[in-house]
Amino acid sequence: MSDMPLVQLEQVTKIYHMGDVQVGALQGVDFTLQLGEFVAVMGASGSGKSTLMQIVGCLDRPTSGRYLLDGADVSKLGANALADLRNRTLGFVFQSFNLLARTSAVENVELPMLYGGVGARDRRKRALEALDQVGLSSRAHHHPNQLSGGQQQRVAIARAIVGRPRLILADEPTGNLDSRSSVEIMQLFQALGASGITVMLVTHEADIAQFAARVVVMRDGLILSDVRQTPREARSEAPL
Amino acid sequence: MNPFDTLRMAVRALLRNKLRSFLTTLGIIIGVFSVITMVAVGEGAKAQVEKTFASMGSNIIVVLPGTSSRGGAMGGFGSMPTLTWEDLDAIRAEVPAVRYAVALLNAMAQVQSDEENWTTRVQGTSPEFLDVRAWKVELGTFFTQSDVSVGAKVAVLGGTVADKLYGENADPIGQTVRIKGVPFQIVGVLERKGQSAMGQDNDDTVVIPQSTFQSKIQGGLQKFIPGMIMVSAMEADLTKRAQTEIGNLLRDRHSIALGMDDDFSIRNLAEMASAVEAGTKAITSLLASIAAVSLLVGGIGIMNIMLVSVTERTREIGLRMAVGAKPRHILAQFLVESLTLSVAGGIVGIAAGILTAQKLGDAFGWPITIRPDTVALAVGFSGLVGMVFGIFPARKASKLEPIAALRYE
Repeated sequence: MSDMPLVQLEQVTKIYHMGDVQVGALQGVDFTLQLGEFVAVMGASGSGKSTLMQIVGCLDRPTSGRYLLDGADVSKLGANALADLRNRTLGFVFQSFNLLARTSAVENVELPMLYGGVGARDRRKRALEALDQVGLSSRAHHHPNQLSGGQQQRVAIARAIVGRPRLILADEPTGNLDSRSSVEIMQLFQALGASGITVMLVTHEADIAQFAARVVVMRDGLILSDVRQTPREARSEAPL
Repeated sequence: MNPFDTLRMAVRALLRNKLRSFLTTLGIIIGVFSVITMVAVGEGAKAQVEKTFASMGSNIIVVLPGTSSRGGAMGGFGSMPTLTWEDLDAIRAEVPAVRYAVALLNAMAQVQSDEENWTTRVQGTSPEFLDVRAWKVELGTFFTQSDVSVGAKVAVLGGTVADKLYGENADPIGQTVRIKGVPFQIVGVLERKGQSAMGQDNDDTVVIPQSTFQSKIQGGLQKFIPGMIMVSAMEADLTKRAQTEIGNLLRDRHSIALGMDDDFSIRNLAEMASAVEAGTKAITSLLASIAAVSLLVGGIGIMNIMLVSVTERTREIGLRMAVGAKPRHILAQFLVESLTLSVAGGIVGIAAGILTAQKLGDAFGWPITIRPDTVALAVGFSGLVGMVFGIFPARKASKLEPIAALRYE
């Protein structure tokens, strides 16, 4: 079983209809992701990298082609089944953090477990553990507006990992952060990768991509290159 | 996700916008408040009418003299005396369903004690008056049949008149009261009866023998009764029959051929009571339906705010979906929010309505009855309003595509 890829995309296309115009965001992509990999997907805007991430993240369904997640075909699943997959197997980190306003950090982290049917006491315990993992246990009861951008993103990461997902998808996670916070966030992702969680990162910054072990470059809805590299080690004392 | 978590989430979301939530709820509060108040006041009025008519007796029949229609001008009932003393005797003697029958002569007149004066309704009648009206004497006695025969100048005061002329809780028995300047000796004071169904003060009256009334207060031909005849039937069930029999008797005595207009009219208090009751009922339902419309408007207010809320929180919805919320979770979240708004409004409205109804009842002196079914209906209806007007925004939210919602600016 260990050689079965976590993510396997076969000839996946995605076509958006914008009025009369059809936009082919993905034009037949083959892509695999092994368990424990740390991959950065790069490309200019409009290259299809975000669309790829949304499909891998089960937020969207491919127009055609097959998507096997953990060996199961998920390309034809309904909204409820996809919601379950997102809840149990996937974790998301967004550029704009997407924390609930006027809701404490720990409650934000609890959110996925609310939909996963975890009991109240267990929720709180696991949320505090996840916050501890991202180094924010002292800020558990702060609201997002009392936290810095880097801290907010760390809350978002805690929220992504609290459900013990197999795969974390991060869409431009450092896009709204200064370089010091960016490195701290990348350090966190590298640590998660080291603990066995698969990380797929979408970015347009080459500086960020160098922290990944594999870099996929996209252009016009197709994969242009897919190379493995020795990742640069993220250290907070050495900003970009 | 358990219902308690959903409710907690809804309450927290609503508390984030306290003023907005309150203003939205206000529509429901006002709606439920007015329904409860209107129905309670209407019920109170009905109960009051029932009470007063019951105190008068449901077996009472009133015979009024007829209209004068000379020269084509209708004078209205009672404008011309057509009932004679012989008619009264005949009713007493010939209608078996009748228990008591008395003449009731009526005039407004000034009455004076040594110090005070007052204008009141002077009634001339005979001792059976007490039986017909189911009335009692509180102090002293009523005048007797022999007082009527000799035309004695004796008077029985109603409670209000006794208060006005002699002060409250005074005992005026034996004193002299002047009616239209004529001195009468006070022999009794009637028990207090309060307001009549028509809003008249029953106790604002002086009762004297009918013979004295006719000779000293208001004259006219001795043959005719210058007033009406009040009859009580043997039993409430016999009221209708007594009414018919009195009608036949009087038509016969007055030689009114078939098809001609009667020169008298007979009314039965139960009929009048039900007519008045029907009137209050109609007004109550009218007021309640106006109040229900305001509940509807409140519901539209909720829908409006929920739609705004869904739009504002599109990104939140997207995020919730991304972390695993199913469409039904989103549906439940927004539906519970609108339900919470409307039910909270309903509860506040009921509390305010009950309080106001009781205050109004105290002010009017009505028995205010808050019927549990009205309260249940108001809660149920406000819940229904929340459900009906919440379902559309909630469905709209649940049908969002996660990716579109996340990208929403």
